[in-house]
Amino acid sequence: MNLRYRPLIATLVIFVLAYALCVSQFPGMWSTRVLGNFLTDNAFLGIAAVGVTFVIISGGIDLSIGAVIGFTGVLVAVLINGLGFHPLLAFAVALGVATLFGAAMGAFIQYLQVPAFIVTLAGMFLARGGASILSQDSIPISHPFYKAISALYIQMPGGGRMSTIGLLMLLTFAIGALVLHRTKFGSYVYALGGNVNSAMLMGVPVARTTITIYAISSFLAGLAGIVFSLYTSAGYSLAAVGVELDAIAAVVIGGTMLTGGYGFMLGTFIGVMLQGLVQTYIVFDGTLNSWWTKIVIGLLLFVFIVLQRLVFRTARRSGPQRKTVS
Amino acid sequence: MNRRVLKLRPLLSPQIIALLLILLLNWILFPGFFNISWQNGRFFGSLIDVLNRGAPVAILAVGMTTVIATKGVDLSVGAVMAVAGAAAATLATGGFPLPVILLTSLALGLLCGLWNGLLVAVLDIQPFVATLVLMVAGRGLAQLITEGHIVTFNDPALSFVGTGAFFGVPMAVIIALCLVVATHFALRRTAIGLFIEAIGTNRSAANYAGLKSQALLIAIYGFSGLCAGIAGLIVTADIKGADANNAGLWLELDAILAVVIGGTSLLGGRFSVVMSVVGAIIIQAMNTGILVSGLPPQFNLVVKAGVILAILILQSGQVKDIFSSTRKAATATSLDKP
Repeated sequence: MNLRYRPLIATLVIFVLAYALCVSQFPGMWSTRVLGNFLTDNAFLGIAAVGVTFVIISGGIDLSIGAVIGFTGVLVAVLINGLGFHPLLAFAVALGVATLFGAAMGAFIQYLQVPAFIVTLAGMFLARGGASILSQDSIPISHPFYKAISALYIQMPGGGRMSTIGLLMLLTFAIGALVLHRTKFGSYVYALGGNVNSAMLMGVPVARTTITIYAISSFLAGLAGIVFSLYTSAGYSLAAVGVELDAIAAVVIGGTMLTGGYGFMLGTFIGVMLQGLVQTYIVFDGTLNSWWTKIVIGLLLFVFIVLQRLVFRTARRSGPQRKTVS
Repeated sequence: MNRRVLKLRPLLSPQIIALLLILLLNWILFPGFFNISWQNGRFFGSLIDVLNRGAPVAILAVGMTTVIATKGVDLSVGAVMAVAGAAAATLATGGFPLPVILLTSLALGLLCGLWNGLLVAVLDIQPFVATLVLMVAGRGLAQLITEGHIVTFNDPALSFVGTGAFFGVPMAVIIALCLVVATHFALRRTAIGLFIEAIGTNRSAANYAGLKSQALLIAIYGFSGLCAGIAGLIVTADIKGADANNAGLWLELDAILAVVIGGTSLLGGRFSVVMSVVGAIIIQAMNTGILVSGLPPQFNLVVKAGVILAILILQSGQVKDIFSSTRKAATATSLDKP
């Protein structure tokens, strides 16, 4: 077994075991209905997590995800309700703004040589503040287009419904995986996460790649914000608080190394599904309170971080892929 | 350069100038800003209010400074505040005496910090990630303690910690002041401060030099947890209740911001506890300024973001090169590019 795939396999095994455990307790969970809801309920988280995967593999971090989701939600709502834009036009504007925002953060990180963590923290403040300046109240969106979208779904065998936004998430993961694993840009991302200096010496366009990575991350957060507004039919400046942490947790649980340079898009998908599983289990159980979600996710995060550590150590001993830990 | 100039230099630091400017701006926006009156046996006024409300972040910033000086970061302080507050409120409703309440919640804070330290020092996990675990799980723990409710209590002894006054000065300010003075002397009058800087500069070099960096790191994260515990107690005692979801929310970011404003390098190895506290006061003065100026409080976040970006630009290498090129030229070591 290739050592590279070990964390990914571990995540997969844990997911299958956890799902089997859930099904043995609640046979109702073994249905396409639940599966369809899984995809719909976690669509925005999944889309955002795709962007975070790029950022984390490149050795960075993006804390502005949740704020950008909230901001695009409000922006779309204001554009549709206040200015009478067609939703599709509003989406295009919101995505453009989000992408520029991410590119600006990337430029800051690249040219000022400051930790990504602090720049995206400022970005988070800026996006949340911007959203609450646009509107502090939750704005309901009742455009016919929204109703049409939420009425659209593909019937799956067994009565499950594959919603538009669930499908969009799957599509995002597929494209994300293609870009990350099959393009030149994808290998640049890995190279940056491995070691910036060697990447530069090998001729990787570091500045352009960094800016693109953060632009992608914010673009996908903006897309997640649109999906969130479709999901809730509203825009609210305090929506999706803390989603950046859920997204980071999903990426880490999916086996991606937080030090960068290692990870798979598929792992992130399983990480998102595992979080969805925990939530669904708690809903099914009924007696457990929602705070258990946080504790279980924290625990999973801990287990996977320790696991990474152990694998990382053995990998370092057996292979030449040594990376300086400071 | 003579000695007197050296001693006066900290007073002319950018942080102090920034604070004075913000206070001046507040004074222009709200002429009664510097008025301090004496009512019901305590001082009242906007300035006292700034100090009182800034105290929790200042306390967090003290712990955060030591952590950041070791090239780490503690993201869990907000959640640890919630844990300590939840414990204090729950014990208070149970009718426990004050010492038990204080010791238990502070011990919980310390324990959370030690856990972080264990992950960072022994398991060798990046600090950012290690403390993320508790940041996510901590609020769950706090809710576990309060059983998901917002626990309110009516214990005058405990609420004195948050709302009482000592010689007319709010308790929160007194506690913060004692902590800052004690920490400053513990770090700067002993070798501990140097040890911390050594770890922050290069941990393996510090190890080779014979420093027990593992134990020290655990202690530092423990200290940060303890500070978070104290801040959690003050906030809980202030509002006479514990809200596991909202207590200390976003305060980790304020604390980090305070430390960064204070000039402590995020790359470790250089720190100033006192300046971090000045940073915390600057943040609170900005908050109060936005409030008294009648601007909607939403602008708070945007202004904070603007301040962070301004500091980042000022601290960045290129700008620094322009400023320091003249100074460096004076000293003989001209290793940098001509």
